[in-house]
Amino acid sequence: MSQRQIRVLLAKPGLDGHDVGAKVVVQALLQAGFDVIYTGLRQTPEAIVRAAREADVDVIGLSILSGSHIPLCRRLRDLMFDQALHDKLWIVGGNIPEADRMVLKQLGYRGVFPTGSRTDDIVSFIRENVR
Amino acid sequence: MSSAPTREAPNKPRAVREPVRRVVNESGIEVKPLYTAEDVAASGVPDLSRPGESPFTRGIHPLMYRHRPFTMRQYTGFANAADTNQRFKYLIANGQTGLNVAFDLATQCGYDSDAPEAMGEVGRVGMAVDTLRDFEIAFDGIDLDAITVSLTVNGSAAILIAMYLAMAERRGYDIAKLRGTAQNDILKEFIGRGTWIFPVDPSVKLVADTIEYCAKVAPKYGPVSVCGYHIRESGATPAEEMGYAFCIAKAYTDAALARGLDIDEFAGRLSFNFNIFGNLFEQVAKFRAGRRRWAKIIRDEYGAKNPSSGWLRMIAGGGGFGLTIEQPENNIVRGAYYALIAALGGAQTMALCCYDEAYTIPTPKAQRLSLRTMQLLIEEVGLTDTVDPLGGSYYVETLTNQMEEKIVEAMKWVDDHGGIVKAVAEGVIQGRVSEYAYRRQRALETGALRKVGVNCYNESEEENPNVELHPYDELGAIAQVQSLRLLKAERDNDAVERTLDTLRADANAGRNVMPAVMQAVKAYATVGEMTRALVDVYGYFREPTRLWRKVA
Repeated sequence: MSQRQIRVLLAKPGLDGHDVGAKVVVQALLQAGFDVIYTGLRQTPEAIVRAAREADVDVIGLSILSGSHIPLCRRLRDLMFDQALHDKLWIVGGNIPEADRMVLKQLGYRGVFPTGSRTDDIVSFIRENVR
Repeated sequence: MSSAPTREAPNKPRAVREPVRRVVNESGIEVKPLYTAEDVAASGVPDLSRPGESPFTRGIHPLMYRHRPFTMRQYTGFANAADTNQRFKYLIANGQTGLNVAFDLATQCGYDSDAPEAMGEVGRVGMAVDTLRDFEIAFDGIDLDAITVSLTVNGSAAILIAMYLAMAERRGYDIAKLRGTAQNDILKEFIGRGTWIFPVDPSVKLVADTIEYCAKVAPKYGPVSVCGYHIRESGATPAEEMGYAFCIAKAYTDAALARGLDIDEFAGRLSFNFNIFGNLFEQVAKFRAGRRRWAKIIRDEYGAKNPSSGWLRMIAGGGGFGLTIEQPENNIVRGAYYALIAALGGAQTMALCCYDEAYTIPTPKAQRLSLRTMQLLIEEVGLTDTVDPLGGSYYVETLTNQMEEKIVEAMKWVDDHGGIVKAVAEGVIQGRVSEYAYRRQRALETGALRKVGVNCYNESEEENPNVELHPYDELGAIAQVQSLRLLKAERDNDAVERTLDTLRADANAGRNVMPAVMQAVKAYATVGEMTRALVDVYGYFREPTRLWRKVA
């Protein structure tokens, strides 16, 4: 693997305004030495995919706490396939009930980090899984 | 290793041999193991005023809960107006004394239920509202004189306040006497919670419009409830929570004064919303210190003549950040302590986050349990018998004086950064608050900050706690979209267009938009249509996200 700094896009799709967790993760990823782009709130799936392509990121991270993670992640999955972002590492965090975690993994989100996850675990997951 | 506990020899007191653990509360005040009258004297001039006397440290009313217990107002709303109406009636039947309406994110962000942006969100975290028709259904059969209604809405608040007033008017209530409140605190939405729509300046202008309009038309209605609550959830300390809220309240006050209103015409209708998780004594001192500071601000800085203009009337509630996914039953106990904090702090209104809310919005059973928790305080444990029962405690009085200083410090920090409006528009406050949130998270992960069931005592019998959760009803969302389409077919669409044109014109001319919003609401214009008319003039807020740097 090359020594390029790992570049992460952290996005808040949809209308959910809970951004404490996303900003905490941004800080943790910066501390870990990653290059991080945070989109801010209220991003459409289209805008997120565009940002991911433009910035040529290795990781696309989503934060959703309103409960609408399945429809949003499904829509984003379709767009990310269309835009040839299927080989990037997709991760999602937020208020995600046990029953939905497998659904998200099947959609292609390899890392699912529900509320209460440790930032250290997110950092090591990214280090171990970025190709 | 010796197993039996050893008793200290009488000539060797424990305190001498072992250093006393250092305790610093979240607001940065070092806490002593013992307080005496000397500490009170050293911490500042004692406030000997009685409850009901300015500066109201001990309470804004002479008899407080002996006269009337705190209002119980659980945050409620889901699916559509009809389902929410049933839940309101269920809670009222169970002894709830106020309503606090939760709206879905589409409504809060100014989108109709059929907008692409609303995908997956219709009726999910609150009740979906598109038009006045939804308000008519939501409050059907509820006596608006007997029970006051609080609308938790900010970005689209001007529209939803108009819907509430129009709905009440049509039901025959005299708007001049109608009570109720709206959250309508947009500045804190930019710091935490995130349901902003327009840029900062027109957003503050809209708040001033509602204050001015209500002062003239609905003088008993509380158009703004300034929230330290969400700022604290986002990472601020208890002292900053109160200090930043006061900076925000002053910004709205200044905007209202600039309209030519007299301070005594509206200041008494401003209310506040504060958080209740954390150290009990620190929070109680926060409420006492906050009451005193706000009364002084309104009296000394604004020259109010009417003492009630300086009342820090508040809902103290929630505690969401304190609740945990892990061992969720612990949240029931946390809720009880948080309610105790609110009662000891002298809150006018109380609401509790339910034990299942770390997962999703609450079930009726969980809501009723929160209601019972508050009722227990009133009926069984004597919290409503005596005013300010912690008043006179050496510890609490000292801490009250110290918290007031910290609140003043937090306000000065904001002033030093260009004032609250500038600090919010540039993201300076957001940066500060999220840095603290990051430190708090690290402290939780390292164990420096103890959290029962999370980083200590976290052995759990069951892997997956079996909590009954509120299900999201996708069919309800489809039904909401269908009824919106039916309504659009039934209403006079030319009349709607005319009212929207007036709204756009008034916004463009810088006039108070509330009369035009009222007309549009009465013509059954939708939340989305009215919001777009305003966006045509004001534009959208662009979030400052480029400020990210590493915390040292």
